Amino acid sequence: MTPSSGGEAETVLRLSGITKRFGPLTANDAISLELKRGEVVALLGENGAGKTTLMNILFGHYVADEGSVEAFGRPLPAGEPRAALSAGIGMVHQHFTLADQMSVIENIALGTQRLFSPRFDKAKARQRIETLSSDFGLAVHPDALISDLSVGERQRVEILKALYRDARILILDEPTAVLTPLETDALFATLKKLVASGLSIIFISHKLHEVMAVSDRIVVLRSGRIAGERRTSDTTRPELAALMVGGDIAAPAVTEHAPGGTMLELEDIHTAGRAGGAPLDGVSLSLRAGEITGLAGVSGNGQAALAALIAGTLRPERGAMRIGGETINRWSAREALRRHIGRIPEDRHAVGMIGDMNVTENVISERYRTRRFSRNGFLDWRSAETFARGIIDDYDVKCPSPDARVRLLSGGNMQKLILGRALDGDPQIILANQPTRGLDVGAVAYVHSKLLEARKRGAAILLISEDLDEVLALSDRLVVISKGRLSPPSKRGELTVQQIGELMAGHGLEDPSHAA
Amino acid sequence: MRLEAKPAPGLAATLAYPLGAILATLLIASLLVLIAGASPFNVFWLVLKGAAGSQFALVETLTRATPLIFTGLAVAVAFRAKLWNIGAEAQLYIGAVMTVVLGTGAVAAPSLALIPLIMMCAMLAGALLLLGPAILKTRFGVDEVVTTLLLNFIVILFVSMLLEGPLKDPMGLGWPQSKRVVAEAQLPRLIQGKRLHFGFVIAIVSAVATWVILKKTVFGYEMRAVGHNAEAARFAGIPVNRVLMKTALLSGGLAALAGFSEVAGLKGNLTLDLSPGYGYTGIVVAMLAMLNPLGVIVAAIFVAGIFVGADAMSRSAGVPSYIAQVMVATALLTMVTAIMLSRFRIRWR
Repeated sequence: MTPSSGGEAETVLRLSGITKRFGPLTANDAISLELKRGEVVALLGENGAGKTTLMNILFGHYVADEGSVEAFGRPLPAGEPRAALSAGIGMVHQHFTLADQMSVIENIALGTQRLFSPRFDKAKARQRIETLSSDFGLAVHPDALISDLSVGERQRVEILKALYRDARILILDEPTAVLTPLETDALFATLKKLVASGLSIIFISHKLHEVMAVSDRIVVLRSGRIAGERRTSDTTRPELAALMVGGDIAAPAVTEHAPGGTMLELEDIHTAGRAGGAPLDGVSLSLRAGEITGLAGVSGNGQAALAALIAGTLRPERGAMRIGGETINRWSAREALRRHIGRIPEDRHAVGMIGDMNVTENVISERYRTRRFSRNGFLDWRSAETFARGIIDDYDVKCPSPDARVRLLSGGNMQKLILGRALDGDPQIILANQPTRGLDVGAVAYVHSKLLEARKRGAAILLISEDLDEVLALSDRLVVISKGRLSPPSKRGELTVQQIGELMAGHGLEDPSHAA
Repeated sequence: MRLEAKPAPGLAATLAYPLGAILATLLIASLLVLIAGASPFNVFWLVLKGAAGSQFALVETLTRATPLIFTGLAVAVAFRAKLWNIGAEAQLYIGAVMTVVLGTGAVAAPSLALIPLIMMCAMLAGALLLLGPAILKTRFGVDEVVTTLLLNFIVILFVSMLLEGPLKDPMGLGWPQSKRVVAEAQLPRLIQGKRLHFGFVIAIVSAVATWVILKKTVFGYEMRAVGHNAEAARFAGIPVNRVLMKTALLSGGLAALAGFSEVAGLKGNLTLDLSPGYGYTGIVVAMLAMLNPLGVIVAAIFVAGIFVGADAMSRSAGVPSYIAQVMVATALLTMVTAIMLSRFRIRWR
């Protein structure tokens, strides 16, 4: 956006040779980075490339094993978030750190006041906040309760909080992940104004088009190392994509083929909300054999409820559900399993696996009652272990033995176990909810190949992902969810990203009341 | 300071952690012994001798361990499923009440029929007593720590009422005690003339059976899965609430057996001092055993040994026998620490 004025500007932040290891994993390997005054540097990389780790080191949440951080020419002591704050570094996390039951003013002033100060000069704080928000286009009512604000507004409060503390360097960690395209545009406009006033910004993202739109310079991270550094004006999206994935991962080749019959059908389903997200509000959807239906949307719009519904952990309040033409009356997780639905849950740690149990115990958890694994109330551990070994071999799971506690495995290996469990017996309906979140590129490609394999043999697959690129790459058909309602399905390539964005923001659906 | 998960320890290490905890307990207790003006070595030696130094001592220790095995098993089973049953004391007393109700002449039958009948009914009473808190927990999210703990007081007052009323022994010279159970309802002694009774055998069998349930059966697997991660268990189609109910029934039943075996095997009647807190000490026993049913046997004997040994020691060394309670309490704390250390590595910085 704003081309910076060449190499003359002062360096406000310098990371030198940062290395951070977590056990066998090197999250950051000798990373050096400079940020100049009035510059937006994008930190681009896949999930798990080491972006967040690097920023956590900068901000003092982690201590680097090697390397140092310098802000405005002075070294920053390691492991002290307070020092980073007072040096003028502000961070807006992916997950907001706001107190829901307090007002905007209170949240912003929180931590800047002495705990026992006799009086809190609210008028002065309010004035300051109003000045900041009108200067930088961060419209938000100072007296509103955080719990009443939309996600976009909350993010503005986070940015205001940093500015209120005189941040000169602003770090934004995946700031657009929770925003609609319109809110994203507003955010970019704000960033432009901030940079014009002399702030420097580090923008963390894995989305190419955003990085191209917002930054002056792009640093690409791949498996903990700097894979390349480009001026935004001198590079292209394909080049960045190649740097990001290292060229060794081919985009999944999806061959066109005609879908088969309807395997699962939802008709005007209404449910309660799930995980703080929207409830389903009249959802109709059919999943057809040999077809991947991709569900795009901003998180919290009903994805969790839809996933829970198909997984069997949520019952519809209204509407009909048919599997293979048969109307379902009693619905539960066990019933879903009985009807051969393979389920890949969103949160593999909290829901997918039982961390303190071993691999064998985990892979049989959906089938331990079948004759294959138990007789007369007694488990057949030998058969269970054979099954576990089979999955370990077939899915190339890296683990010492079937007796290893699952907690000790990496995210990718856990996900392979979940895949092995879910795909056992070739399910005809598959729910894949955020199947690649947080995985490294290799594991991502593996998960994709398994889903495509299932598609090929005729499974009906629902792919839910917040990563639009993933949805677009894999899906035969796309539906967009917004506030618990679905858009009409569109065929692969039928909609532009712009159009999808509008659907994600709720435009084109019946309810137009949302003003972000 | 950070905690980092580490691989499950091998057998040797698994044993090393409780031993380390016991060693730490002895060290801490030594300080108190020194303050009391005695030599720790002498005191611990006297405790050991008092607990296992003679046939009399050993029999006494095993007799004292019997109810602790039952309550320890009850707690271990419940805690495995993260059902925090603090009410083993109440379940014990209900089991004892049931024993007295059926065993003092209300039912006439030979031993071989009467004793199993009483056992079953006692277990049922204890099981039902814990079912209430379990239903409140699963239906309404009521914290079972509170309900089971408070039930202890309610039940003990209830027993007190029974002993002043319907269950009062008319020949008891006014003491709040029940009639004695009939001869057919009494558990035989294991050694003629000694206090050790058949309840000890039932305890050992119960421990082995519980171990088999936990390790080998579908129910045990469900119980552990629910305890480790109820959310994931629910997702996998495990009926979490039903598993918690069944766990409550098993746990309450086991605790009730402690009351049954104390009345039918040792005391012969019910008084308000039937249990010097066996229900609570069961928590220590279960934790020392790292919730392993076979470990419960060892832990119960260890804890009983400390109590019995401390009594003998205080007579000759002049250190108050309260040291036993301090040691058991310390053992709980060191053991909890050891369990954490066995599962996590501490990283400073």
